[in-house]
Amino acid sequence: MPKWAMVIDLDKCTGCGDCMAACKLENNIAIVSPEEANVGRVMFWMDMITTYEGEYPNIKVKRIPKPCFHCDNPPCTRVCPVYATYKNDEGLVGQIYHRCIGCRYCMVACPYTAKVFNWYEPKWPDEFKSCLNPDVSLRMVGVVEKCSFCAHRLIKVKENADMEEREIYDGEYSPACGESCPTNAIYFGDIDNKESQVYKLSQSSRSYREMENLGTEPKVIYLSKRE
Amino acid sequence: MPKNKQLDFGQDAALYRPIYETGKGFYITVCVLLAVYLWALYLYITQVYYGLGVTGMNQPITWGFYIVNFVFFIGISHAGTLISAILRLSKAEWRRPITRMAEVITAIVLAIGGLHPILDLGRPDRMLNLLSDGRLQSPLLWDVTSITAYFTASTIYLYLPMIPDIAKLRDRGTKLKWFYNFLSWGWQGTAHQVKVLNRAINILMVMVIPIAISVHTVISYIFSMTLQPGWHSTIFGPYFVVGAIFSGIAALLIVMIVFRKVYHLEEYLKEIHFQYLSTLLLIMSLLWFYFTFSEFLTGIFGSQTHELHIIAYKFTGVYAPFFWGMVICNFVIPVIILSFKKFKTITGIMIVSISVVIGMWLERLNIVVPSLANPRMDLPLGIYIPSLVEWALFIGGIAVFMLGFTMFAKFFPLISIWEIEEGRKESIKDVEKRLRSYLPGKET
Repeated sequence: MPKWAMVIDLDKCTGCGDCMAACKLENNIAIVSPEEANVGRVMFWMDMITTYEGEYPNIKVKRIPKPCFHCDNPPCTRVCPVYATYKNDEGLVGQIYHRCIGCRYCMVACPYTAKVFNWYEPKWPDEFKSCLNPDVSLRMVGVVEKCSFCAHRLIKVKENADMEEREIYDGEYSPACGESCPTNAIYFGDIDNKESQVYKLSQSSRSYREMENLGTEPKVIYLSKRE
Repeated sequence: MPKNKQLDFGQDAALYRPIYETGKGFYITVCVLLAVYLWALYLYITQVYYGLGVTGMNQPITWGFYIVNFVFFIGISHAGTLISAILRLSKAEWRRPITRMAEVITAIVLAIGGLHPILDLGRPDRMLNLLSDGRLQSPLLWDVTSITAYFTASTIYLYLPMIPDIAKLRDRGTKLKWFYNFLSWGWQGTAHQVKVLNRAINILMVMVIPIAISVHTVISYIFSMTLQPGWHSTIFGPYFVVGAIFSGIAALLIVMIVFRKVYHLEEYLKEIHFQYLSTLLLIMSLLWFYFTFSEFLTGIFGSQTHELHIIAYKFTGVYAPFFWGMVICNFVIPVIILSFKKFKTITGIMIVSISVVIGMWLERLNIVVPSLANPRMDLPLGIYIPSLVEWALFIGGIAVFMLGFTMFAKFFPLISIWEIEEGRKESIKDVEKRLRSYLPGKET
């Protein structure tokens, strides 16, 4: 059974935010009004952490793309009262929107603040309505959602591989963020496969994971010389 | 105390009067409270219609007033059953006029508090998923279980000692005869009935104590089972239980003082009852301070980065007014007022009780919000400003409590009449006998 993981090379990342845009379009994520976004209700599955170090004019800007980390030992699935969030055999942490009761306990338990909530009925400008992705189900008001590692793409990839009676090859399954990244800073693949690029990169001396001391075993690995 | 065997209604008239005489004040109170309740209900319906967006919650502060009030109300509910069970179990004779009120507080506040997680749900329509797809590994399900158990146990524990009193009301026969007839279950006060009733009360009071403690422990588990700094602490269980009993006693004292004044119960609720209960309140205040001190000292001494962020946020940051307000309300005011005999009057005790209730609410706020406002990733600090809907549901919750209590007082005696009679008739002898058995020398 493969174990899907992502590597984000921060030394390659320019912080352009293309991954965020691609993710929003791919996954039919609601467009939140600027007023709502300002009070902290912005919806991103792929978020961008921006920190500023130093003082003007010597400012160092850090931009770190942050999807759901799909922890191997996820704190969110443990607290869900209704099995609406779960980890499957391939290590993907999923959400069942139609079962979620909206208690937001999983959001509270996530140390990475990776989940977002539908505070209102999701809305899109009219221009968007005709180009929603048919592969991704729309969410309703009052449920929690988060990055799925584009699990709907895995289904397609699997079907293709089955038809052609072969294994999924490395790099065939990639989420929208990785596909759109202009500098190829996002890698995706099976981390249990010693031949995969993701595995090799994860062994790099530059690699680190967020808050490893918590024992959550995130499956998003960052590469950076700076830290 | 007169020891005449044939007690006429005259003797405990003060306890019957509120049930049979309804003044203008009652109707005004009920109307005002009903109006507040309907206003809150209307705003809740808008929340169900538009979604939780109408509250002030956001990311990362995904829990707000509803969870704060949930913990607060459930804490208040520990007034009753637990205190009355402990007092009954320890044969404290001064309990007699207090237990009923304490138990009523529990039953009403528990119903209100228990509904709060539902107010907080994004999809209240899917509430029954908790039963059909419930995951017993989740602390939230532990809560559902223990609160249901506590509600069942405490309402039965309220109801059983009421049966003889209901029978008394039935025998007067001037008001709602069928209602009291049904509720009194054919009580005639025979020796067998008294024996069975006493046995049932004894079993329940022993059962109710562990259930009550489990309820607030499990509520603390909701927080402490997560990895969040400021929550992930092993002392949270006992800390919450102590806080719950603390706020419970304060709420009980407020209710006692108010209804003593309104229904002229000075004969029954004497200075001495307030003195004893406020001593208990002082002890709980010191215990609360001990727990708070330990909790923060370990946090500061260990000085983990994230833990320190949250402590700084409470000590000197945005939440400093609430944090220090909590310390003043829960520790400084009670200790100053209750330590000196001069201040320990009914007015003094009322001030302390109100301050403790406010302080304990602030404590719940200080636990829930700061840990969420300081996300561990390098995200901006969260800001939480509760909206009108959240305030309305908070005020509405208090109004429902007052309404429930007022309505209860209209139909049932607030002080257990038969237990007072039992105290007059039998307990004086019993206590004397018991006291002799403690003393050296032969029992006579």
